[in-house]
Amino acid sequence: MPLKFNNGSKIAGALLIVALLIGLIPGVIGCTEEESEAQFALHDPLVRFKIATTTSLYDTGLWYHLEPIFEELANVEMDIVYAGTGIALEYGRRGDVDAIIVHDRAREDVFIADGYGINRRNFGYNFFLIAGPPDDPAGITGSTAAEALKKLHDEGMKDADTVKFVSRGDDSGTHAKEKLIWREAGFDYEDVRNSGNWYVEAGKGMGPTLLMANEMQAYVLADISTFLAYNFKSDLSLEPIVDKDSIFLNVYAAIAINPETHPKAKIDIANQFINWLISPEVQEIIGTYGTAEYGRPLFFPIASCDMPGCPPVEDYTKPVPEYMK
Amino acid sequence: MTEIWHGLVKAVELIISFDPEVMQIAGRSLMIAVSSAVIGSVICIPIASFIHFNRFRGKRFLVSLIQTFYSVPTVAVGLFVFVFISSAGPLGGLGIVFTPPAIVVGQVILITPILLGLTISALSGVDRAILDTARSLGAGGRQMAVLVVKEARFAVVAAVIMGFGRAISELGISLMVGGNIRGFTRVITTAISLETSKGDIELAMALGIILIFIALVVNILMNRIQQR
Repeated sequence: MPLKFNNGSKIAGALLIVALLIGLIPGVIGCTEEESEAQFALHDPLVRFKIATTTSLYDTGLWYHLEPIFEELANVEMDIVYAGTGIALEYGRRGDVDAIIVHDRAREDVFIADGYGINRRNFGYNFFLIAGPPDDPAGITGSTAAEALKKLHDEGMKDADTVKFVSRGDDSGTHAKEKLIWREAGFDYEDVRNSGNWYVEAGKGMGPTLLMANEMQAYVLADISTFLAYNFKSDLSLEPIVDKDSIFLNVYAAIAINPETHPKAKIDIANQFINWLISPEVQEIIGTYGTAEYGRPLFFPIASCDMPGCPPVEDYTKPVPEYMK
Repeated sequence: MTEIWHGLVKAVELIISFDPEVMQIAGRSLMIAVSSAVIGSVICIPIASFIHFNRFRGKRFLVSLIQTFYSVPTVAVGLFVFVFISSAGPLGGLGIVFTPPAIVVGQVILITPILLGLTISALSGVDRAILDTARSLGAGGRQMAVLVVKEARFAVVAAVIMGFGRAISELGISLMVGGNIRGFTRVITTAISLETSKGDIELAMALGIILIFIALVVNILMNRIQQR
């Protein structure tokens, strides 16, 4: 049988043969991952500044709007990782990002007390609401937040086909708020989440969870900004049912990663970023963002927050100091 | 149906107008998956040859083990790589978490079993008659090895293309270790996932069509190679 050697085979084929021949010499085996480093060196001269941001600020498009402005100002390449508050805090604890944007005061305090974060500043707020099918099968119109959840629980237990509630179920700030309301309503959260088919854990960001609730014609706790943005974009068939309760206040915070815990964290850029967020010009952007499309702003500048639960004034007026080792 | 039709029309528009965002994402996906396939091949083909051309205890078991990992879930690889390269992890010093190289590392690990296993099969599949003939003509060990490699080259290329296909179509690793950062680590699969969840069906569809198109090209290539 004659041996055939096809000429004109692909260059790839030739290269592979070379690789194969090299492989025949024993001792060349170095199965390390380091090689990929050299192959993919980042030639970008710009400094990369990484933040992990809560999903609502991303899903509403606010970051798309703010990102280029800060990139130009600070001459950095901003990398924005989409993460609910729970995972954003985890990225922060691990030192995988330089700053985080979150909205869960209780866990922020723990994060800072544990030495992972510094220079927290609040920079904006909005409100949560409970949205649901327009005919309100559970009859929660006019209730407080806690009463509403209690009713959803009771009606859902009776008939999970007509009353469902979709939870973020992802340890995000919104999820934390939901748990807080359950506690206020006198429930143990673990009991609630195991109580039946009416309670659906999405495990997704705010926007995706809204779309899921919309598909299922279920009730959902959402921040009003994401609700408005998605209602505009995807024409949700859900409507705000319960939206008047002081517990619905939702305050966003920026936190720099503590360089003493994570020496590689880019504290100077993080500080500049936080001061920029609370600066009058960005506060103005935050206070007007979305007005053109939705007829009302999606977020409010933090200084206009004057109800119980609002952060103290120095939490947003005092610029963060320069970092000194 | 109107949504699907509308999405398709818009998707085709985005593709034929060379929409910069779509092209950038598709290009990035290709770059990353090609890098993974090339690096994976450079690492794995020699190892596979070494395994094939040497006799040692537990060889059969090793090959079975490699084959078992063909279907390792991408999210498992993603998680594994993440805990290693995260700043708090043992390889945190490399500082590659949420960068394209991190995705490449994950994809190389993902496709290593396929590259190893299929290369071993390719080398094993060389016709014995050819070897016997060569031996009877007086070929030595090294000449025999060169011969096997030459005979098997198309099957090996097919293995590499298979690995590439798995790399470009995976979602879990890109999402977990890449972070789906716009303009930096957003690839076709993570963009489809995000755009769908944002309700932006057209862009997701356009990217889906491109991914299918790439898969088609890869398959045609593979068929042509195997028909030789």
